[in-house]
Amino acid sequence: MDFSVLRNLISRYCVGEENWLDSRTVYIGQKEPPPGAAAYIPQRYPDNRIVSSKYTFWNFIPKNLFEQFRRIANFYFLVIFLVQLIIDTPTSPVTSGLPLFFVITVTAIKQGYEDWLRHKADCSINECPVDVVQQGKAARTQSHKLRVGDVVVVKEDETFPCDLVLLSSSREDGTCYVTTASLDGESSHKTYYAVPDTKAFRTDREVESLHATIECEQPQPDLYKFVGRINVYKDTEEPVARPLGSENLLLRGATLKNTHHIYAVAIYTGMETKMALNYQSKSQKRSAVEKSMNAFLIVYLCILISKAVINTVLKYAWQWSPDRDEPWYNHRTENERQRPVVIRAFTDFLAFMVLFNYIIPVSMYVTVEMQKFLGSYFITWDEEMFDEELGEGAQVNTSDLNEELGQVEYVFTDKTGTLTENNMEFIECCVDGNVYVPHAICNGQILSAASSIDMIDSSPGGYRREHEDLFFRALCLCHTVQVKEEETVDGIKRGFHQGRPTSFYISSSPDEVALVEGMKRLGYTYLRLKDNYMEILNKDDEIERFELLHVLNFDSVRRRMSVIVKSSSGEYLLFCKGADSSIFPRVVSGKVEQVKARVEQNAVEGLRTLCVAFRRLSPDDYQEACLLLTQAKLALQDREQRLAQAYDAIERDFVLLGATAVEDRLQEKAADTIESLHKAGMKVWVLTGDKMETAAATCYASKLFRRSTQILELTKKRTEEQSLHDVMFELSRTVLRQRSMSGLSVDCLDYGLIIDGATLTAVLKSGPEGNYREVFLEVSRNCSAVLCCRMAPLQKAQIVKLIKASKEHPITLAIGDGANDVSMILEAHVGI
Amino acid sequence: MMASSYNAKEEDGHITVSGPGTLKSKKPDNTAFKQQRLPAWQPILTAGTVLPAFFVIGLLFIPIGIGLYVTSNNIKEFEIDYTGTDPSSPCYNCSVNFSWNSSRPCSCSLPFTLEQPFESNVFVYYGLSNFYQNHRRYVKSRDDSQLNGNVDSLKSPSKECEPYAHSDNKPIAPCGAIANSMFNDTLELFFMDPNGTRIQIPLTKRGIAWWTDKHVKFRNPGGDSANLTSVFQGTSKPVNWHRPVSELDSDPENNGFVNEDFIVWMRTAALPTFRKLYRIVQKKSHLVPTLPSGNYTLEVVYNYPVRSFDGRKRMILSTISWMGGKNPFLGLAYITVGAVCFFLGVVLLVIHHKYGSRNNSADIPN
Repeated sequence: MDFSVLRNLISRYCVGEENWLDSRTVYIGQKEPPPGAAAYIPQRYPDNRIVSSKYTFWNFIPKNLFEQFRRIANFYFLVIFLVQLIIDTPTSPVTSGLPLFFVITVTAIKQGYEDWLRHKADCSINECPVDVVQQGKAARTQSHKLRVGDVVVVKEDETFPCDLVLLSSSREDGTCYVTTASLDGESSHKTYYAVPDTKAFRTDREVESLHATIECEQPQPDLYKFVGRINVYKDTEEPVARPLGSENLLLRGATLKNTHHIYAVAIYTGMETKMALNYQSKSQKRSAVEKSMNAFLIVYLCILISKAVINTVLKYAWQWSPDRDEPWYNHRTENERQRPVVIRAFTDFLAFMVLFNYIIPVSMYVTVEMQKFLGSYFITWDEEMFDEELGEGAQVNTSDLNEELGQVEYVFTDKTGTLTENNMEFIECCVDGNVYVPHAICNGQILSAASSIDMIDSSPGGYRREHEDLFFRALCLCHTVQVKEEETVDGIKRGFHQGRPTSFYISSSPDEVALVEGMKRLGYTYLRLKDNYMEILNKDDEIERFELLHVLNFDSVRRRMSVIVKSSSGEYLLFCKGADSSIFPRVVSGKVEQVKARVEQNAVEGLRTLCVAFRRLSPDDYQEACLLLTQAKLALQDREQRLAQAYDAIERDFVLLGATAVEDRLQEKAADTIESLHKAGMKVWVLTGDKMETAAATCYASKLFRRSTQILELTKKRTEEQSLHDVMFELSRTVLRQRSMSGLSVDCLDYGLIIDGATLTAVLKSGPEGNYREVFLEVSRNCSAVLCCRMAPLQKAQIVKLIKASKEHPITLAIGDGANDVSMILEAHVGI
Repeated sequence: MMASSYNAKEEDGHITVSGPGTLKSKKPDNTAFKQQRLPAWQPILTAGTVLPAFFVIGLLFIPIGIGLYVTSNNIKEFEIDYTGTDPSSPCYNCSVNFSWNSSRPCSCSLPFTLEQPFESNVFVYYGLSNFYQNHRRYVKSRDDSQLNGNVDSLKSPSKECEPYAHSDNKPIAPCGAIANSMFNDTLELFFMDPNGTRIQIPLTKRGIAWWTDKHVKFRNPGGDSANLTSVFQGTSKPVNWHRPVSELDSDPENNGFVNEDFIVWMRTAALPTFRKLYRIVQKKSHLVPTLPSGNYTLEVVYNYPVRSFDGRKRMILSTISWMGGKNPFLGLAYITVGAVCFFLGVVLLVIHHKYGSRNNSADIPN
């Protein structure tokens, strides 16, 4: 994932090189490895105590005062107060001391109360019971007594007490399901895997007998990144080294789901867990109001100082003559007369400071805080934001960003899952230009193949037949869907339903579920993954078994995923599915033209399209690929990069099979929302990774583009015909002409801009013949809606940054749900 | 509103498991306050509201202003400068030969003519210029508890009074720069009858101070009945005074700290040019003007030096009306504001009439 590569770079930069290179060795179960292995070096790790509180009873007053006086305003008033105490000033120190004292006390009480709550929460977390395997049986201890290397038993619906590496689970295949909703907001179940060598250790006693060490990197805050290696010692053999990745690492804060229990070993504990590290290193989003308030404070301070200086100078100029300085009716005391002029001038300067200090009001921060506080309550109280279904109103997590919401000018939104429901439905597929449309499901019964498939263009033939089979098999195999055979609804187990197992497909990507379910309707049912064999029930009700050799996971840079399987006939097959743009360049044969045409047609209808291709691997090829993958996976450093290279080398020379189309329905009221955003004068930008046609269709459906909208295209197709310069120039001319023509009336025409990722890169690269950024900004600012398609996650962030840095410094808001939106959300002022 | 995907959730560093249940009406109350439906007035400034407002202000302010101005102009005021900076002035000698130690008071008399008779009560003021009673060091230089009759403060005046707190190792009563610089010229008015006789005009010295000052703020130590000379025994007179505080006036009601001239002086002026009430010429009857037109003489006992700081001394005679002394500014201000509003109203009316009908939405520009 280039996203995580980016984050790696960042964290590497932040954490420092030595920390990165450093690795730790964890001895599972606190046992020494058999002699002959690397020397046992006991390392010191923090215990599993989580400390989120800031103060202790003793340091509360000094630390809290220190924190409070770090604020410019508070410090300023403290200085004024001290000046008033020390020198002879026109106003009494009480006038500034009392409000300051009040503000400080109120804030201290509030923070103290919050910290007390945090202490209580810490306490309950640190004391919550955890099962640890000791001497062959599970013993219950308190969470904070957990040490690195302890083997922990976690039951279903329990939260992980620290960062763990999965050893084995109650499921036979050594997987477990986890929801990380409280970590990153993704509520879908994710699958984590145990290393094959340890997944057999499934009872307390067995686990106790396990001898293994884990080498892994030192703790770092990236949630999605983990590299490590496990060495399993078996009796007298050489240790077996297996790679560990983020798919083996269970994070503290996540919850175990749908798995009865697991055994896992503690890797990072206490303040070293990824969650705690993130908690520490998070940077507070400061609102623009606060930033500008600080800027104004500085300006006012400058005004104040210059005012005091000018007044002091004027004072001494005025009292130059002794008649003015000391007329007979107004003499100085002897003490004052003897004081040196410099000191007198300085005290006069301070006195003037005190005299004018009210231009920075002491109540300012209090008023602002109060307003924010009340504002957040009004948001909570708002009846219109009350959700009847959930029975919850809006919840305000932080009152810091309230005022920002009202100033949002640019809304950046992700398409999938935000504009749309992310609830996919399989619509059709196309094999070599032949289109198959499954009928609506008739009461959940799978219809026989013949009646369920509508063959629009049927030209039977052996070749076609073969491809069709391959295509369906590809779709059945090439995914990471999990089959859940029983569903617990309200505590009632419904294991069997109408005589056959009801299976539910679970996956992190709804696309895949839709595809697999679509396949089921077309007659190819994916049954289960058992001992690395994928079982498929084909049209003729025969079970076909494929050995799953490798999964080349999906990522948003490659935009495709592949599986390597070994069919029952011993053939090595590589199936790949992915976005058309990432598949077509790698295709060597197949009916590219027909498929392409169909894909485009589907895209125009607003359907998400995926292309499917395959490659037959000779055993030699397979060995080579295997080697590449294993090497990359075992690498401790640069694993991501090497994996990407390996994937790149393997996924080539495809034979195109066909394409699928999946419908992603719009969110309820998405159109209304966008329309009202438009009415409020906000500019909505849709940033998506989808094809341009698909995205544009969605935009029309969601009324982002209206019929009257004039679409300006800035896409690769156009820039190939003309030079980028010409296109940009033309666009800016169109937009500017419209502006000068329309004059005062605003609502005559609005423009929509479509730009794709490739062009954007070209635009952002400031070329020799002028800076396109400016022109692009100019154009896009005059468009009410902008659609950016084919965006990589990093580009999304770049766009947000670009707008943020533009002249007016508008407030931006980013909405997204997936991991590919995180960088964009972090970049924007307000992230949702 | 989540600030970002993970910083909001772990605000407390722990995980809150929100269980089901507690569905007991989390629905917010439908009250006017919570739903922000409290009555509010958000005026939209349109021609329909702005124009009448301007005209009403104009038509209201101009008559008020005229009334105030006329009233102020009816007040008669006479002012005479007796500083004696000019060699031709009668008081020139006094001002030039001034010395703090001279025991013999210097007197001078200035003739003046009132063109118009002064009806009703006439107020006599003295005015000083370039005298900074508002100087911070000066304003603070007093001891209010001493002036209120506190015996302890009488013996040990406040530090604020320095350097006018002690002289000859005795505490000064009243202490401080304000008291020390009390105005001590004596002014007397004589009417020069056309037939040659010189009639002294009776000047009332009571009733010139605020009631609260006289009865609350200023009090002699030892109560009303005590003998002032013995009360002030052991204190020293202010350096620049000729007489101790117990000898300011023969009337025991008007002596010591409750002397009205003293009280008036102790109320410091805000600007360097100021006037303070000195005496009142009481109205005799309805038939005769209090001060008929004619020739007068101002007799001054010149004690108060102002030339060292380029100051000026004046004597002012003035009548008053219901709005106080002469103050043409208020009337003029009303007239100006009213006139400007009226003028703007006319201009806007013309603009509205000419261009207003062109565009209906012009009232609320986008």
